[in-house]
Amino acid sequence: MYSVVKAEQLADRVHELVVKAPHVARNARAGQFLIVRVDPDGERIPLTISRVDGDFVRVIFMTIGATTYRLAELTAGDMIQDVAGPLGRPSEVPRNATCAVVGGGVGIASCPIIAKTLKAAANRVIGIIGARNVDLMILEDEMREACDELFVTTDDGSYGRHGYAADVLKEVIAEEKVDYVWIIGPAIMMKVTSEVTRAPGIRTFVSLNPIMVDGTGMCGSCRVIVNGETRFACVDGPEFDAHQVDFDRLMQRQRIYLEEEREALKHHHEHRCGCSTGAHHG
Amino acid sequence: MAERSPGERILDFSEVDSGFTAEEARSEAERCIQCKKPACVSGCPVGVDIPRFVLAIAEERFDEARSTILEANLLPSVCGRVCPQETQCEGACILGKKGRAINIGALERFAADRGEGEELGTLVRAPPTGRRIAVVGSGPAGLTAAAELARSGHSVVLFESLHEPGGVLVYGIPEFRLPKSVVRREIERVLALGVELQTNTLVGRSITIEELLAYDAVFISTGAGLPSFMGIPGEETNGVYSANEYLTRVNLMGAERFPAAGTPIRRGSRVVVTGGGNVAMDAARVARRLGAKVWLVYRRREDDLPARRDEVRHAREEGIEFVTCASPVRIHGEPAVTGVECVRMEMCDLDESGRPSPRVLDGSSFLIDADTVIQAIGTSPNPLLVRLLEGVQVGRRGNLVTDENGRTSLPRVYAGGDIATGAATVILAMGAGKRAAATIDADLRDAPAH
Ligand SMILES: Cc1cc2nc3c(=O)[nH]c(=O)nc-3n(C[C@H](O)[C@H](O)[C@H](O)COP(=O)(O)OP(=O)(O)OC[C@H]3O[C@@H](n4cnc5c(N)ncnc54)[C@H](O)[C@@H]3O)c2cc1C
Ligand code: FES
Repeated sequence: MYSVVKAEQLADRVHELVVKAPHVARNARAGQFLIVRVDPDGERIPLTISRVDGDFVRVIFMTIGATTYRLAELTAGDMIQDVAGPLGRPSEVPRNATCAVVGGGVGIASCPIIAKTLKAAANRVIGIIGARNVDLMILEDEMREACDELFVTTDDGSYGRHGYAADVLKEVIAEEKVDYVWIIGPAIMMKVTSEVTRAPGIRTFVSLNPIMVDGTGMCGSCRVIVNGETRFACVDGPEFDAHQVDFDRLMQRQRIYLEEEREALKHHHEHRCGCSTGAHHG
Repeated sequence: MAERSPGERILDFSEVDSGFTAEEARSEAERCIQCKKPACVSGCPVGVDIPRFVLAIAEERFDEARSTILEANLLPSVCGRVCPQETQCEGACILGKKGRAINIGALERFAADRGEGEELGTLVRAPPTGRRIAVVGSGPAGLTAAAELARSGHSVVLFESLHEPGGVLVYGIPEFRLPKSVVRREIERVLALGVELQTNTLVGRSITIEELLAYDAVFISTGAGLPSFMGIPGEETNGVYSANEYLTRVNLMGAERFPAAGTPIRRGSRVVVTGGGNVAMDAARVARRLGAKVWLVYRRREDDLPARRDEVRHAREEGIEFVTCASPVRIHGEPAVTGVECVRMEMCDLDESGRPSPRVLDGSSFLIDADTVIQAIGTSPNPLLVRLLEGVQVGRRGNLVTDENGRTSLPRVYAGGDIATGAATVILAMGAGKRAAATIDADLRDAPAH
């Protein structure tokens, strides 16, 4: 069992948990993820490692299905059944280059740790974070601290620049030579935004989030098509060359359990939590 | 040993039968003629003293039967249920030459299932050696090696990447063949020897290679968990599973209780399983229990099915439709499966395995109207750790190459089970774990402290 030391709501439907998990924290690096299982009957879900402090790891998630709702109910002092990780390959870290780190929505959660790691390797780091509206903007301060320059956008113009992260990225690469780009966000955002760097041929990484079970390369649930080949995102990724990813397949496979997810959420709300006893955890 | 009716079985995940009663066990055991040179023992990869435990059952000394087995085999309730006895101990039984071999598997299960905990007293631990050993992967190979090393007085850490120990025993083999409570009890026994278990720990990621090699010795038993896909068009369609994924969702995660358990599974009403081994039978029978109509498509003949004999019989009784001499060539549907196109195969010249090799019959394609496909065509050794171990000798199938005593090409690094052999059996994995443990023990005694 792993204890929650901090639980906070960061934005509309976006939550932060800090968990004591020394075995994950010790060797965790930027770009990796962990898998949590809240209760003995819980599902295993992957979450990006958003920050590491000593024995503690932070994850940030949006409430979407039953498991994330259940996670959002946790408060400091609660226990989580299982935390496994770190999983996946760490981000590739260049040196003395110019890098842009682009986060969209809850995907911003993954950005500060990457930006910080890049900065520590003597790179110039430009941050671009975008959200639908001001209520969904997260981690602006952390990103400001980690980056040499930060651009903030909202789709509806309610905060920062009016527009998409892709628009800003276009301007940035027009103005200076950018060597590497990371784009992390919803699949559709990664697909659209990575088109910006395709023609100029800028090496671009995206972090893929297909449905996973074990996260150790044993089931193939997380398979994605990269450069026409089947790869397992949990062990071969989660970061891949953006320009080789089949995003349409990814989005199609992310929807496999839409119906079941609705059913689980209904069950969760009826029972107040996802555990087998149906008891309410106060 | 009455089996439950197929109609009743497919409604739940309980075992097919409840094993021998004491009376049945005794009378089966009495048939044993106590050979002077027992062929059955040489047929057993871990060398259980079969005549001795069978005699003990015949004489109703059931506790002694159990402790006799435990001396050689720490997972007897598991082995009694899942070993391919027909090709091992029972296959070698003299009585089988003319009539019916002794049902050694059922006797083993009978003796092992009785009593709880008290046998631990018979498993002595040598005085502590001060040596620290890492065992990576808690399937049958890792469990056996860990137990043997602990008995030799070494301090053992058993790393497991999943949240539960047991490897294929917990994520692969279904409850109706191997109840989880049985596996847990046997694992408890291993841990009670003083083995320290660390779950949720993926070696290579949670533990670096440098940290791993800081142990006095390392035993790698990470299994053959990497699922193969056929590579036919349509495999990325929603509703196509590897058997590992399908079985894990149910066995490890409890998807049959969704939404009370959090993990979903497609409750396909029409399921095609491809393959013919134990894994295929298990997947087919799980799908049947989730309410599906199931076709099992296998490219060779019925007689060639590599699965345990009983599993094939049980699958057939439970209404699985066997489509032999056939092979899928394309999965139809977008975004979800709507059908599987197959072709007929004809059997040609014998290949190196002594079986006829299948060849596609031109113009024989046919469609099975299905909404779920489960591929059970094999798995290969887990590549993660193998790739990270710089300089280790790797075989053609991605397996770790070892000598007959479990040594890899790297000093102080040993391996056994499916990671070394490719997908094989529980008992072969256990045998490898036992042999490697003996090698490690001997090597460490010879070597100065690390
Ligand atoms: C569905 C199915 C049915 C089967 N039925 C039978 C049967 O009836 N009879 C029979 O004899 N055999 C059967 N087998 C085969 C048998 O289960 C295997 O041969 C046996 O389990 C191999 O044991 P192992 O210890 O080598 O590996 P596994 O049981 O595969 O265990 C390996 C363990 O290592 C863990 N691991 C992997 N990598 C790491 C890492 N880097 N760090 C930490 N942990 C790691 C895995 O999570 C796993 O728990 C079946 C297999 C399957 C899949
Ligand atoms: S999640 Fe199972 S293989 Fe990647």
